[in-house]
Amino acid sequence: MTFSQDLALAAPELILAIGALGLLVIGAFAPRAATALMLASIGALILAAWAAAVGPIGRGFSGGLIADNASAFAKVAIYLASAVAIVLGQKWFERKAIRNFEFPILILLAALGMGMMASAGDLISLYMGVELHSLALYVLAAMHREDAKASEAGLKYFVLGALSSGLLLYGASLIYGFAGSTRFDEIAAVVQSGAGTGVLFGLVFLICGLAFKVSAAPFHMWTPDVYEGAPTPVVAFFAGAPKLAAMVLFARVLTEAFPGAVEQWRQVLVVIALLSIFVGALAGLAQQNLKRLWAYSSIANVGYAVLGLASGSPEGVQAMLVFMVLYMVDVTGFFACLTALSRDGRPMETISDMAGLYKERPGMALAMTAFSLSALGLPPFSGFWAKFYVFKAALSVGEPMIVIAAVLGLVGSVIAAFYYLRLIKVMWFDTAPSGTDPLPREAQVVAISAALFTFPVVMGALIFLDPLAKAAAAAFGLAS
Amino acid sequence: MTGILSLTTFTPLVGVAAIILLRLFRSHEDEQTVRAVKWITLVTTLATFALSVLLVMQYDPANPGFQFVEDHAWFAGLHYRMGVDGISILFVLLTAFLMPICIAASWFSIDKRVPAYMVAFLVLETLVIGVFCALDLVLFYLFFEFGLVPMFLIIGIWGGKNRVYAAYKFFLYTLLGSVLMLAAILVMISVAGTASIPELMNYKFDEHLQTWLWLAFFASFAVKMPMWPVHTWLPDAHVEAPTAGSVILAGILLKMGGYGFLRFSLPMFPQASDLFTPLVFALSVIAVVYTSLVAFRQTDIKKLIAYSSVAHMGFVTMGIFAGNAIGVQGAIFQMLSHGVISGALFLCVGVVYDRMHTREIAFYGGLVNRMPWYAATFLLFTMGNVGLPGTSGFIGEITTMVGVYEISTWTAVVAATGVIFSAVYALTLYKRVVFGEITNPALADITDLDWREVAIFAPLIAMTLYLGVYPAAVFDLTQASVDNLAAVYRAAIGG
Repeated sequence: MTFSQDLALAAPELILAIGALGLLVIGAFAPRAATALMLASIGALILAAWAAAVGPIGRGFSGGLIADNASAFAKVAIYLASAVAIVLGQKWFERKAIRNFEFPILILLAALGMGMMASAGDLISLYMGVELHSLALYVLAAMHREDAKASEAGLKYFVLGALSSGLLLYGASLIYGFAGSTRFDEIAAVVQSGAGTGVLFGLVFLICGLAFKVSAAPFHMWTPDVYEGAPTPVVAFFAGAPKLAAMVLFARVLTEAFPGAVEQWRQVLVVIALLSIFVGALAGLAQQNLKRLWAYSSIANVGYAVLGLASGSPEGVQAMLVFMVLYMVDVTGFFACLTALSRDGRPMETISDMAGLYKERPGMALAMTAFSLSALGLPPFSGFWAKFYVFKAALSVGEPMIVIAAVLGLVGSVIAAFYYLRLIKVMWFDTAPSGTDPLPREAQVVAISAALFTFPVVMGALIFLDPLAKAAAAAFGLAS
Repeated sequence: MTGILSLTTFTPLVGVAAIILLRLFRSHEDEQTVRAVKWITLVTTLATFALSVLLVMQYDPANPGFQFVEDHAWFAGLHYRMGVDGISILFVLLTAFLMPICIAASWFSIDKRVPAYMVAFLVLETLVIGVFCALDLVLFYLFFEFGLVPMFLIIGIWGGKNRVYAAYKFFLYTLLGSVLMLAAILVMISVAGTASIPELMNYKFDEHLQTWLWLAFFASFAVKMPMWPVHTWLPDAHVEAPTAGSVILAGILLKMGGYGFLRFSLPMFPQASDLFTPLVFALSVIAVVYTSLVAFRQTDIKKLIAYSSVAHMGFVTMGIFAGNAIGVQGAIFQMLSHGVISGALFLCVGVVYDRMHTREIAFYGGLVNRMPWYAATFLLFTMGNVGLPGTSGFIGEITTMVGVYEISTWTAVVAATGVIFSAVYALTLYKRVVFGEITNPALADITDLDWREVAIFAPLIAMTLYLGVYPAAVFDLTQASVDNLAAVYRAAIGG
């Protein structure tokens, strides 16, 4: 493979990297051109998504970078979500009179890192991708500098994120030490001929590090605090895309580097999945703050995605991909609602703030009802189809452990139903205290379009999403 | 006539669209808008009823298979597949028949957020008809499960004092049952490789697997039905729901459980159904006897009727799991009859509740002096509930018990005592509410039925008496499909 072919494979990354650096220079000299910077960043993301969708397929940079259907699928979703995040966030920061031109550029860098995670072919590029996107996210979380909670969120995120990176790196070095290579396919060859304790030890550390990134229990502690403190539009961003990227990376590592150790990692994943589902469902019951509530909801939902992965079959990976994409729309829409709603200049963030919302903002109330029902997994909303894929995959494996986990997972979703219903109840049954502020246009548009996606658009969108996710799942080297 | 099923199912959504458009153009709910919304809803439900009548007229009763079948491929191997047979078609008719009555019954008693209320009912109608028409497991589940949301809102927004508790209880109880069913559905799809209900009826599941699948479906349908001991959500839901909500709940939503047993449990898991028949019989007998006794002790009229519903549903489950043609015929008939009679009884409660805003039995007494027409109407439906010959209630109970008697004599004998108990509580209720002198001064000015209420009760009275003297109207339609179902079931269990 020649160098120019390598570069062609990395076209989306190059567009984003050059775009981000170029815009940084422009921003430094013309910090007032915020709108132009925003539009240019969105343009770069769309261009990168296009490059990922139509670009060549193969492995470049001595196996360090993989461009296949899976990475293309993930990248398109990630880049588009990042573009939406720029729209949501830019206006929010402008309203708060925080004129940091870096916001869209940080999102670009995070998108670059996430794209690399989806394309990682060895442990080095894995770590590069994870660190690049994490560092951008730490800064984004603390971007609202005057706000003590945002600073706290950024600091917590950073310290705990550094810990998880440490775990990840330790695992990676153990794997390298025992397998003698950082490339996934070469690790796979070593594992195939019998996985030694050392490699498995490394794998467990690696899984812990990644579980931290997707905020799966028992590595979820940071999530509620960071969600609560960070600016709402930023949360809308990092509740969706980074988790998709981390889940794809998760799938990549497990299926490409450790296909021979399915039995071993499946046990770990089942435990993580069930813990996440029940921690998310039970701890969510006690929350009053909607951002914290949705943090626990995301923990539970990641549990379902991990359950799909634990099936260890192409259907399972497909289920995970569909799940994460549908969930991403759901969660982005929900946080767009929270971004939009405020009362007397104060954001409406607790459940009781939402009392009687139907009366004043029927559109927002309907949208939030759709997101809640979707997260609850009620048909025909997108969340149901997400769970439908996951449980179908899990139940068709025929492995008793997975089947029991799936049934327990379904029961967990009934527990979680309680808090989603409570939100609906407050919005529809209770009476409104006082007026809300006018809704910002962009957040309203994002919220309503995401709500329309959860139902009814999803019923048609799945016709296209299903084969795409199937092709993406087939790219991972799993035997059905 | 392909497409008529989808047309019948989705016609209510046209009304929803019209209401939403109306709301968009008129931002505040003035009297004129509210009246327009009510008329739109009534016309839509009547149109749906007309379509369902047309459906029944076009239906070929000699053909036991599915008719008016529609089949369009969707994604991931799923299909949009609709069709009706002799078992489901009458439930479509019952739903479309009760809906306009519910709307008329809510005409004046609902005074807040009328457009949202009407939208909830129309959506519910689409979902319920969809449940009875769906021939794809996942499509069935979509309709079945989403029906919880409009009902949750109906109870929670327009319900009584304790409505929030009742709405939660209703939702969570049913949800827990249905997620287990979802698990079973997914297992069936992965084992049989299809989600088509007609194909699954011919698929023979492994006996061990059948047991698990049967239990998962049972969890869902037993809650829906509801069977003892998972019936406790029903009295709460009924008491708190607005009148029309109770009518729909008792008249139609409960029937989805019985329909589910007939559509899934018997034909798809015959060995497991046979294995669990004694369990179902035991639970049904307990339901009949125990809940009849509980009903007798109630002080709230609606709660009493709710418990009586549970007792009557006991006959239905018994008849279904008798697994012979007459038992199943009886069960279907009992469900239809109960749909009309219990719906009418809840409307009777609604009449006095609208006037006095209480459902305490002790509050009333001597209504016959001021409301002779009401007394006569209430008497007819009380007798129907007891199962007096000449009303549809009698036919349902007697055929069910004949069917059960063939399978298990003792079950039929014990269940027959339930008929006596039902006479005890129903007549006592009637006596305490209607007969005697008016002792409560608040009742002195109570008025008799007005023209609207007469119009609401007239079709229900006609239906109760018509089915009571001419049950063949139902049996002719269901015969072929039920015979087929029973024959296949009997052959599968080798009896």
